[in-house]
Amino acid sequence: MADPARATTEPLVQVRDLKMHFPVSRGLLGRKTGAIKAVDGVSFDIMPRETLGMVGESGCGKSTTGRAVLRLYDITGGSIRINGTEIGQMSQSALRKHRPTMQMVFQDPQACLNPRMTLAGLIGEPLDEHTGWSRARKLERIYELMDAVGLNRNFANRYPHEFSGGQRQRIGIARALALNPSFIVCDEPIAALDVSIQAQVVNLLEELQEKLGLTYLFISHDLSMVRHIATRVAVMYLGKVVEIAPREALYADPLHPYTQALLSSVPDPDPETAQQVRRIILKGDVPSPANPPQGCNFCTRCPAVMPVCREIEPETREVAPGRFVACHLHDASVPTSIPTGGPTPGGASTTNQQGGSS
Amino acid sequence: MLNGDAPVLDVRDLKTVFRTRGGEVHAVNSVSFHLRPGELLGVVGESGSGKSVTMMSLIGLLPSPPAEVRGGQVMFGGRDILKASAGELRRLRGREIGFIFQDPMTSLNPVFTVGFQIMEPLRKHMGMRPEAARVRAAELLDLVGIPDARKRLKDFPHQFSGGMRQRVMIAMALACDPKVLIADEPTTALDVTIQAQILELVKDLRKKLGMAIVWITHDLGVIAGIADRVMVMYGGQVVEQAPVRALFADPRHPYTRALLQTVPSVRGERAPKLKVIEGQPPLLGAHPTACPFRFRCDKAHDRCGRENPQRRVVGAPGHDVACHWDPDGAGLAAAGLTSEGVVNG
Repeated sequence: MADPARATTEPLVQVRDLKMHFPVSRGLLGRKTGAIKAVDGVSFDIMPRETLGMVGESGCGKSTTGRAVLRLYDITGGSIRINGTEIGQMSQSALRKHRPTMQMVFQDPQACLNPRMTLAGLIGEPLDEHTGWSRARKLERIYELMDAVGLNRNFANRYPHEFSGGQRQRIGIARALALNPSFIVCDEPIAALDVSIQAQVVNLLEELQEKLGLTYLFISHDLSMVRHIATRVAVMYLGKVVEIAPREALYADPLHPYTQALLSSVPDPDPETAQQVRRIILKGDVPSPANPPQGCNFCTRCPAVMPVCREIEPETREVAPGRFVACHLHDASVPTSIPTGGPTPGGASTTNQQGGSS
Repeated sequence: MLNGDAPVLDVRDLKTVFRTRGGEVHAVNSVSFHLRPGELLGVVGESGSGKSVTMMSLIGLLPSPPAEVRGGQVMFGGRDILKASAGELRRLRGREIGFIFQDPMTSLNPVFTVGFQIMEPLRKHMGMRPEAARVRAAELLDLVGIPDARKRLKDFPHQFSGGMRQRVMIAMALACDPKVLIADEPTTALDVTIQAQILELVKDLRKKLGMAIVWITHDLGVIAGIADRVMVMYGGQVVEQAPVRALFADPRHPYTRALLQTVPSVRGERAPKLKVIEGQPPLLGAHPTACPFRFRCDKAHDRCGRENPQRRVVGAPGHDVACHWDPDGAGLAAAGLTSEGVVNG
């Protein structure tokens, strides 16, 4: 799978066939008896100054993908190029040199801030690690960062517990910005925050992106927030990307049956709309990533499942410019119409409406 | 009460205070509401708004100390249950008033089978014999859509997925056929596709069983889909209450208005920039003599700092708001002095 080779610019981040399997061991000797395929062959590009939204339900591998892209894990396979440098198999010591350009904002700001460090210490920590600056210069940078994320300079000597959730997330963002990165992975940055605070943090991320020319991988389960912040959106299910599309196209006309079900499940904050929406209620739960089904990963819950789905894994193909989907319904070479006997529906936007399994 | 239907639950002027080392925290401040038979009342608010504490205090689930229910009246079944003894309350809880909590993993006991836990209220409250209770438990699991119900009674909670566990919780809450069901963020811990399953189930169960439900959530989308009436809480107070359509079509409180604008949607037009409510939710240390929203409110006035606004009827029947500001008229309304009078409940 490859995103369109956009002639204008090179992608900042290029991920190909990324695999992250965690071994499952049993017994006293820790024999390996299998693997959790948390991320299993994921590919995507992120263009400079763009936000790629990554959505999916818990356990689909979206956070693992984010961490693997920054090499917080030793990946099982695949290639990751950031800014033209291949970091997929680079050693952790060699990676240190590249860390300043790629940073992460974590979900729980409470858990990722050392409670015994002051705010200045926390924000200055990356500077201590990666620069040989003088104290005065570091302090100047710390104040600059606090201004940038909207924290009062007088708070520099306070401790994390004195701050609210939204302010703590601002500290987390300031830390990530300290070394002037070009690429930031935001892993559920707003999930732990109250509704009225979420908008504050999202607006801050957008302002910073504009001002500093940042590129984001924005991981979230909140489809409405992703619609707001992302330029393009990737939908993950059970360790695989099932669809990637520009934001408008994805929300207006989702192609993969999973994306369709996911979007239809999001409750709408308007009683009128809520009544009109035709919901696709998926049956059952997500299968275990240790033992994914044969064929398409979604075949156990798909409302439009066909016999071929249980046999062959669908390839990801570009069905319209910039729109990638991994589904047999959108593959002209697969005879989707056998059950009904009609001609194969052509065109990318046609949704096959076969109900239930055959 | 404007409507004829006598409420199953009628709460007036409920006040709950937490005593802490830093002083008293006014978690629930003069909350009044009622619940009619068969109705689903949505309670919306952010963390710390007092929505859960309100429901916990009315059935005596808060540890005392530090909590202290300082005043008010909770009429249920013709009597004030705030005055009921611990034993009476225990008989009430689970039997007459059912509960569903947010996190099904922490509310189910991991060392007992699911069947045992569903049978427990049936045996304790209804005095059923084990065989009868087992049959009823299987029926309940079947009712909430768990396949192979009889066999799954022998399973432990960890053998169920998150959505299935929440179904088990619902089955337990329904076991004694309660008149009122209190659901505290029951779908917050679930994924959207599973949340959609549970919401469908609740709609279906309401049609079949017809109990009254209080549904606590911070998700306006969930409320819009299932509630008949909505109560918005902020800083331990009810700031607005209305039938669901009226609330979304014509919000009167500045907080409700702002809240509705900060939430993006996956449908319809996409707003280029999110509206923001500046500032932080209030700490509830000070005595509530002023409007709790005044520091974040773009309509705030000196009167809001002097006087905590009373709830007053506005617009459609059953719509009331606690705010000095009147979106229809210019400036401040004469709160509490209008011809419609002050609302209580």
